[in-house]
Amino acid sequence: MSTFKEQPARAPLRGRNIKLLLCLLMAWSLSFISQSVFAATSSEPRALLEALDTGNFQAKGVAAQAIADSDAEQKTRWLQALLDGRLGKERRGERFYIVTDDSGREWPIIDAITFEDAGTGTRRTVDIFKINNDLRTQIEGLLASLSLSAGDEASRLAAARQLIGEIEADNAASVRQMRNEEESDAVRQPLDVALALYDVQQGDAEALDTLRGNLDTRIRNTLVPIAAGDSPLAAEARSVLDGIESKRVWYDRAQTLFFGLSAGSILVLAAIGLAITFGVMGVINMAHGELIMIGAYTTWLIQQALPGQPGLALALAIPGGFLVAGAFGVVIERTVIRFLKGRPLETLLATFGLSLILQQLVRSVFSPLNRRVTSPEWMQGAWQINEALAFTLNRLGVLLFCLAVFAALWALMRFTRLGLEVRAVTQNRAMARAMGVRATRVDMLTFGLGAGVAGLAGVALSQLTNVGPNLGQSYIVDSFLVVVFGGVGNLWGTLVAGMSLGVINQVLQPWVGAVLAKIIVLVGVILFIQKRPQGIFAPKGRTS
Amino acid sequence: MTTQATLSGRDRSRQAFLSRSTLVTSLVLIVGMLLVLVLNALPASNALHVSGATVALLGKYFTYMLLALAVDLIWGYLGILSLGHGAFFALGGYAMGLYLNAQTSALPGWQAMMTYFPVAALMVLLAPGLLALAFGWLAFRSRVTGVYFSIITQALTFALMLAFNRNEMGLGGSTGLTRFYELMGFSLSSEGMTVALFVASGVAVLLAFWLCRAITVSRLGRVSLATRDAEARMRFIGYRVDHVKLALFVVSAMIAGVAGALYVPQVGIINPSTFAPLFSIEVVVWVALGGRATLYGALLGALVVNYLKTVLTGAMPDAWLFILGALFVLVTMVLPQGIAGVIAKWRGRRRAAVRPGQREASA
Repeated sequence: MSTFKEQPARAPLRGRNIKLLLCLLMAWSLSFISQSVFAATSSEPRALLEALDTGNFQAKGVAAQAIADSDAEQKTRWLQALLDGRLGKERRGERFYIVTDDSGREWPIIDAITFEDAGTGTRRTVDIFKINNDLRTQIEGLLASLSLSAGDEASRLAAARQLIGEIEADNAASVRQMRNEEESDAVRQPLDVALALYDVQQGDAEALDTLRGNLDTRIRNTLVPIAAGDSPLAAEARSVLDGIESKRVWYDRAQTLFFGLSAGSILVLAAIGLAITFGVMGVINMAHGELIMIGAYTTWLIQQALPGQPGLALALAIPGGFLVAGAFGVVIERTVIRFLKGRPLETLLATFGLSLILQQLVRSVFSPLNRRVTSPEWMQGAWQINEALAFTLNRLGVLLFCLAVFAALWALMRFTRLGLEVRAVTQNRAMARAMGVRATRVDMLTFGLGAGVAGLAGVALSQLTNVGPNLGQSYIVDSFLVVVFGGVGNLWGTLVAGMSLGVINQVLQPWVGAVLAKIIVLVGVILFIQKRPQGIFAPKGRTS
Repeated sequence: MTTQATLSGRDRSRQAFLSRSTLVTSLVLIVGMLLVLVLNALPASNALHVSGATVALLGKYFTYMLLALAVDLIWGYLGILSLGHGAFFALGGYAMGLYLNAQTSALPGWQAMMTYFPVAALMVLLAPGLLALAFGWLAFRSRVTGVYFSIITQALTFALMLAFNRNEMGLGGSTGLTRFYELMGFSLSSEGMTVALFVASGVAVLLAFWLCRAITVSRLGRVSLATRDAEARMRFIGYRVDHVKLALFVVSAMIAGVAGALYVPQVGIINPSTFAPLFSIEVVVWVALGGRATLYGALLGALVVNYLKTVLTGAMPDAWLFILGALFVLVTMVLPQGIAGVIAKWRGRRRAAVRPGQREASA
């Protein structure tokens, strides 16, 4: 090519150049010829498929291997169709078909060699090639090594992972060769594992080192029978298995911890608003759960208004849920709670009545059915650390959200004028008023803040469960326990109490089941409150 | 009539026990019961005939009134708001349900002893009584008061609801106990049994009312009133406040258990939903509407609210929760002393009814 590029620079064509040009021309025409030769031998694919048309599964296996080894372009598609039971031959004819959809009685079919539409076929006109389990395993292996040798990195990686535990004597050599030719480290690693596993099966104790600490269940399953004997290899395999097992236990613990923190973050979110209204203001708000529900319904409504944009809807729902629930809270404070100041039992009853009204209101307006809020894409799926540890993204999101809400609330109480006034009014109402703090306004804003945070909890909950009129009710008992357990009037206590209750619950669950775990936690908290009525973090001084 | 100063405590109690409100309430209960019985005995064609279904419904109301009495005894006279009295009610009900089940089929394990009526009757009292004793002992000893007590009673009934929902408990899981056929050898579905249960419930209400009245006018009752109004002062004077509370709490739980035991044969089923916090808190609004710290108020409130519920859930099912919710709000804000308070005001007399905000303000 460089010759061509330099061509204009050199004015007259000299002999040497002409020769070179001729050579290039020759090469080009040769490649043309070879292409036409290939086109001429298109009967070869037919021969490959012809070999599959036999009742003998062993012969079919040989034929499948031959297809994989051939350079026919359609081979991947053929093997996949054969694996799916969709490759067949015309009963009274010589054509081969691939069935594209075998759900109905009339199958749409295409020609297996040209991939041209061939109308429809039925069970009567197309004779599907049958395969057995051995053949299935073999074809899966062939397909895996095919996509290993071709395709992009992602599909090569998937194929390499597929190969673990699937390597047999007949494809070991080719996989080994592919591994040596492989460029990507990421793909090479599972290939190494697969080959090492094969070597171990062949009795190679050295290869065990590669498997050490790998959490793949297929490795465990393969090693367990090997470890059963009492050869040196078995002893070595046992030690590897022990290593895998202890590592797995740790990852399982991490997983339980994550689930516990996730459950705890929901508890904290539900309780933190209560920690403000009950803990700081001393107002028992039994309608707190319904404020959570209102936040969740706000999310649902915003999502209905913005179909197809769950991400934007969620982003809008965060301020939306806060404002709507906060507005409800301010109205409740202005109309009911402020008249019941200093009468906690009456406040409890009145707000319980409000919770019934709100529940029924939602039932009447939106129907008693549960509504589904779709999570945006970045909240779906899981972050897979390894085989034993995965973080569900929506739970991770809620956990982070919970921490963010907590931090914001803490900062608000600690650094802003409102926080200062709230603390002043809580500590000494009369003195605060004497210093010019408008106590009634502070009451209203504090209650609105607590209610708004409940709304935020609702927004978060809508990402985890369905939204229904009973959503809040199920959290009210738990929330109160968290607040009391943590120590009334203490935001940190609420955080610690919620998280620890969530984790304890998750740790207990595998032993005693979900319901009993909940009962044990409830009874435990009841006993704890008896023992230490001021909670984990007792308020300092004489404030109680 | 002698002057107050020369009366001994015992005489004063006797005089208070035979006060007008006791007599009127007892009279109304007895006359009402007899009236229903007479009207029920009338031929069905008569316009004033009261059907068996109505008698059964009234019998159910009687058990609710019993439960309201139990709540009023500790809320009105002791200032303890229990949001978990449904648990004691349900425990009594489960004891009775086991007995009824044992009539038709042999029960496994420890439940076999429930075949005998005396054992079952004892369990009706013991199960709620012992739970109240254990729970109350823990709570009162560590001075859990006010809303904290309310919240942990609610947690208690919630935990029990979860526990009774488990099939492993051997108590029917979420279905509960049902398929009752006979009680002490008589068919449950007969007309005579309906009337008998109605009378039994009515008599139980009357007896419980007298018991509560006797307690409230006794020395124990006066100490409990004082505890309600100034617990710390009572403690400093030297009273064992926690013992007083425990005694009344256990009695109250037992009355609730009896109510549950009478409720079950009349309704034909007992399941974990009776443990639901909502039911327990509904009981509180009966008492609040009737007027706390007046025993007849509790009876009246239970009757009025449940009659409203029967009528409204039939006529407009959606509206019931609105009305119940509104009742909670209105009673606490507008009628803090309930119907009894209105009656007292109307009669121009000031009774011993509790003035809201007195006790709780310091809790």
